[in-house]
Amino acid sequence: MSRVVKTAFILVVILIGSLAGASPSQDQIKTGINKGVEKVRLAVPDFKAGTNDPQTSPLNSVFNQTLWNDLDNAGIFEMVSKSFYPLAAPGLPNELKSDTWGNPPPNASMLAFGNLGVANGKVTVQGWLYDVKNSGTPQILGKQYLEDATTDNTRLIAHRFADEIIARLGGGVAGVAETKIYFVSTRGGHKEIWSMDYDGANQQQVTHLNSIALSPRISPDNSRLAFSGLTKDSWQILLYSTELGRMVGFPRFGGNNYSPSWSSDGARLSFSSSMGTGDPDIFVADASGSGAKRLSIFKGPDVSPVWNPKTNSQIAWVSGHNGLPQIYMMDADGSNVQQLTTEGYAVSPSWAPNGLTMALAWTRHYGPGVLGGQDIYVMDIASRYFVQLTHDAGRNDFPSWSPDGRHIVYQSSRSGSEQIWSMLADGTHQQQLTREGRNSQPNWSYK
Amino acid sequence: MNHRKRSWLLILGTAALMALLGGCKKKQPPTPPPTPPPQPVTATLSANPANIDRGQSSTLTWSTSNADDVNIDGIGKVSANGSQSVSPTSTTTYRLSATGKGGTQEASATVNVSVPTPTPTPTPAPTPPPPGDQDVFDQNIHAVLFDYDKYDLRADAQQSLAHAGQVIAQHPNWVVQIAGNCDERGSTEYNLTLGENRAKAAKDALVQAGANANQIKTISYGKEKPVCTDANEDCWQRNRNATPSLLQH
Repeated sequence: MSRVVKTAFILVVILIGSLAGASPSQDQIKTGINKGVEKVRLAVPDFKAGTNDPQTSPLNSVFNQTLWNDLDNAGIFEMVSKSFYPLAAPGLPNELKSDTWGNPPPNASMLAFGNLGVANGKVTVQGWLYDVKNSGTPQILGKQYLEDATTDNTRLIAHRFADEIIARLGGGVAGVAETKIYFVSTRGGHKEIWSMDYDGANQQQVTHLNSIALSPRISPDNSRLAFSGLTKDSWQILLYSTELGRMVGFPRFGGNNYSPSWSSDGARLSFSSSMGTGDPDIFVADASGSGAKRLSIFKGPDVSPVWNPKTNSQIAWVSGHNGLPQIYMMDADGSNVQQLTTEGYAVSPSWAPNGLTMALAWTRHYGPGVLGGQDIYVMDIASRYFVQLTHDAGRNDFPSWSPDGRHIVYQSSRSGSEQIWSMLADGTHQQQLTREGRNSQPNWSYK
Repeated sequence: MNHRKRSWLLILGTAALMALLGGCKKKQPPTPPPTPPPQPVTATLSANPANIDRGQSSTLTWSTSNADDVNIDGIGKVSANGSQSVSPTSTTTYRLSATGKGGTQEASATVNVSVPTPTPTPTPAPTPPPPGDQDVFDQNIHAVLFDYDKYDLRADAQQSLAHAGQVIAQHPNWVVQIAGNCDERGSTEYNLTLGENRAKAAKDALVQAGANANQIKTISYGKEKPVCTDANEDCWQRNRNATPSLLQH
């Protein structure tokens, strides 16, 4: 090739490369979904019935469904469709024929299999994870579980097994199958805080304030639930102990107090308060509520603080001091204020576990007669590039990251009423989790 | 005695006898021939119509016979036969009395008078009690409205609060709460703080007009307690407010 052509070729490649780099795209934004690891082709046949006990079959159904959902929703697997599976599924390693699974039609890389049986009121599950392309040492996992034979326990076993698989195959990041989501529900007559499993099962009422309870945030050790409650004459930060099953003390501040947020080490709480001035500002106190200090100094509404969970050295929040609400960031001592959004109506920041991106609720084009609703976006903080995750479907708000950084739970009105939805951080797998009453402000627990 | 004396005595005696006889008695005319026994007296009295409303009239009609003297109570002497219009104001029984040689006869007739339910006299309006604190509050301190996403006071709001502040200043024992509210379109947490800023703006104006800061509390309900839920500007405007209430007085 002549030198001229070669140079031209290189220039063209560089040009194309730089153009590709300049446009905001999914690849620019590092979520847990696209860490550069190819999705693993995983086959998960139904577990075999281990005993003839009448409870075995129904519990096996629950187990298989839960395990499949957990792995399908993990965001890191390409689940091999069951229609490609051989007829006989192995219940034990000696029943396994690896090449049937590692070759087409299933062409799986990994296989999860095992058996479930009930005997004497106990359910036993044996599960294995095999690398079916590695005939030498295929076994990655071999687990056994034993619990009282109930539906709840069976679901729990499935969640645990799924999390084990995800941890082994997901680049070392633990799964979220055993996590919970806290949220606000009206279904009891008042707005109270409720909890549910991450997949929407097991929905239960937590608080009984009989007033209005908003903005739930579970502490990083899952022991205390902070929220904002309307007491007799003011909004206060209130604390519920999940371990004791009751409210525990927290100082009452002057003015009105909203939107509490824990630092990821559980040592500090940030919140919005109008104490002293009547003008709501961002405050920080330690986890016992003492040492409350004002951080932000803008006049006007300041609310919804959230810590950078990787460093705890920055706080992002919503400020309306300059017109419509926008997302701002500052150091945890109040200095170095930066503006993250500059247009439309931006609220509800949620900082991703890796510290690099922010989910937010944004109406980018705002004004009477202007098209465009409120949607969930993910923004790369360093570059300010952003991706829109929900489109043209109701009003979406309060995104909250899962601890594995692969999922976002949020509220959406697309079904006709406010409900809790979850999705993968790339916007796929959108699923409705609640149906009863009006449900809002979800908060994903830690492990 | 002599002859002449005895004649005189005779004549005198006869005269005396005649006088005596003649003097004890009226000189009666000669007894007329015996008359037939007197005719009986009759009397009737009727009222037509027998039932009237107050203000209307009824006609009394009577007839008598063999009576020389006919009286009706309430009217007086009347002729033997006749009629007369009467308008008693209440139920009245008229008695007729007819007297004649044959005796006295009575007759009666009753006129029933319906008295319509009297129109009640309107109760005079009670003298209003001196206005209590709540009345003074309600008349002078009003909610103010805001523009979208704004917490600054419009001109009408400033006027209203300037007056309200003066009134509150005159009642140092009052404790007033201002509640800030927002329309349903914004996000829950942001609206709580926007509502708080609205309440504060109203409080600042009241304090500027003379109220004591210590007697005014502020709270926000964000969009949690709307006064209406229609998705139109009319309802949204009503919800963008700072609303005062009297907590203590």
